[in-house]
Amino acid sequence: MSLLAELSYWQQTSLRVVGGLAGVLLVAGTLVYLHLFKMVSFMQSRLGPMEAGPFGSLQLLAEVGKHLQKEDIFPRKADKFVFAAAPFVILASTFLLVVVVPAGPDAWFINNDVGIYLGMAVSSVSVIGILMAGWGSANKYSLLGGLRATGQLIAYELPLILAVVGVVIQAGTMNMQGIVIAQAEGEIFGWGGIGNPYILTQGVAFMIFMIAMQAELTQAPFDMPIAESELVSGYMTEYSGMRFLLFFIGEFATAGVFASVASVLFLGGWWAPIPGLEWDDNTWNLLGPIVLITKIVILTFIVFWVRFTFPRFREDQLQRLAWKFLIPIALANIVVTAIFKVWI
Amino acid sequence: MTALLAAISSDADIMVAQNIFFGVIAAVMIVSALRVVTSANIVHAALWLVVVLAGVAAQFILLGAEFVAVTQVLVYIGAVVVLFLFGVMLTRASLGEDESVAKEKRSLAVAVGVLLFAVMATALIDTWSDDRIVIDEPQRVAEVSDSIFSQYIVPFEAVSVLLLAALIGAIVVARKD
Repeated sequence: MSLLAELSYWQQTSLRVVGGLAGVLLVAGTLVYLHLFKMVSFMQSRLGPMEAGPFGSLQLLAEVGKHLQKEDIFPRKADKFVFAAAPFVILASTFLLVVVVPAGPDAWFINNDVGIYLGMAVSSVSVIGILMAGWGSANKYSLLGGLRATGQLIAYELPLILAVVGVVIQAGTMNMQGIVIAQAEGEIFGWGGIGNPYILTQGVAFMIFMIAMQAELTQAPFDMPIAESELVSGYMTEYSGMRFLLFFIGEFATAGVFASVASVLFLGGWWAPIPGLEWDDNTWNLLGPIVLITKIVILTFIVFWVRFTFPRFREDQLQRLAWKFLIPIALANIVVTAIFKVWI
Repeated sequence: MTALLAAISSDADIMVAQNIFFGVIAAVMIVSALRVVTSANIVHAALWLVVVLAGVAAQFILLGAEFVAVTQVLVYIGAVVVLFLFGVMLTRASLGEDESVAKEKRSLAVAVGVLLFAVMATALIDTWSDDRIVIDEPQRVAEVSDSIFSQYIVPFEAVSVLLLAALIGAIVVARKD
């Protein structure tokens, strides 16, 4: 008997909405604290924030309070509506992306056939928000940053989607829940001890997905759009106070949500091979979110580790990597996967 | 009007929520579409176009055609409008109003619009007249792919080749040497 089965439709829906908000905001806060405050401080031989709360754990709340008190400044020539709406468009795309990610047998937001395809579609909407921010600011540097971001996001969306196609072919479905189940019930040459997490059979796709994800998140080494030495802060140069906070939350929330998509596609999502555990829907409904968040933290650790390790790409190197290297490999991966799928 | 009301009330299984939302979305789409063609700022026009296209996707979802709706978002909002905006901002995206954008060749545009509307309305009415399309459940993605790769395989391949030819043509035109 499922935990949710006794609730009526509107109760389930309200629970899912609350779960979605928590899933984006709490995960984003965790990532900021763990990675931006503590992990980077460790890499740079310093302590990071220590004053607000035990080990600085309430630092983020203090930052939010600070930003909320600041003045909401509009540049004089800015296009007011477009400028004001841009951060919300980017945040909306993040919140729409999280709805495709399942966190347990019944702990999903939507469970339909289009699944990952819907996720890829709504994640591409954030480009419009970035262009709106860059253009609406009435600032050369912002516009340049917005255009750079668009060129980059369009280029890396292709390897991202092509990497997903390999997984979809192997799982035989675009439904995210179906992809998790396919990995849980999968077997590697007849041995089903750890299921078949697609990182093993789709390792190439996983590497492509992680690189393209890094670029989609505009994290270094792909941070040309907000290159601080050239463009001040790219498309978010003119933003201050609450709207800057939205960009800041959006950056980490999107990192968390993309990592959750990657963990569903390649690491088995909410499922994990735990020896001696009988399959039970309610157990996985409770255990699933914890397993998923662990995987998100591991994947975002890699993202931020790379971010604080590698220097920035030049614009032409960045485009060459996408079009001449990642896309051909992703296409080859699709062909090989299709051949294996048909013959084995 | 009475005939329309009679037609509605005669159908017992009419889906009220679906019809209300169809009306709301259609109204938003019409207002946005008018703003697309009357906006004096070309970037605003492109952004209104996003609202229209999102409305189309919403209508597809009301019809239970999830796959088509998602494709609409991915291709039109995520790619076509982004390319519009990118091209416009790269060349001449002035802030503020530019009256010539909305006024230039207005009569010709109205003529083309009316002609397109007439053609599409005739085609739709001619095909379905007063058939009722019953949607019990969302269309499965597997059904869409099955029909594309069996019944419609030849048109599908023809479209692929056509797009490839357009792609090569664009590269040839863009190359300087």
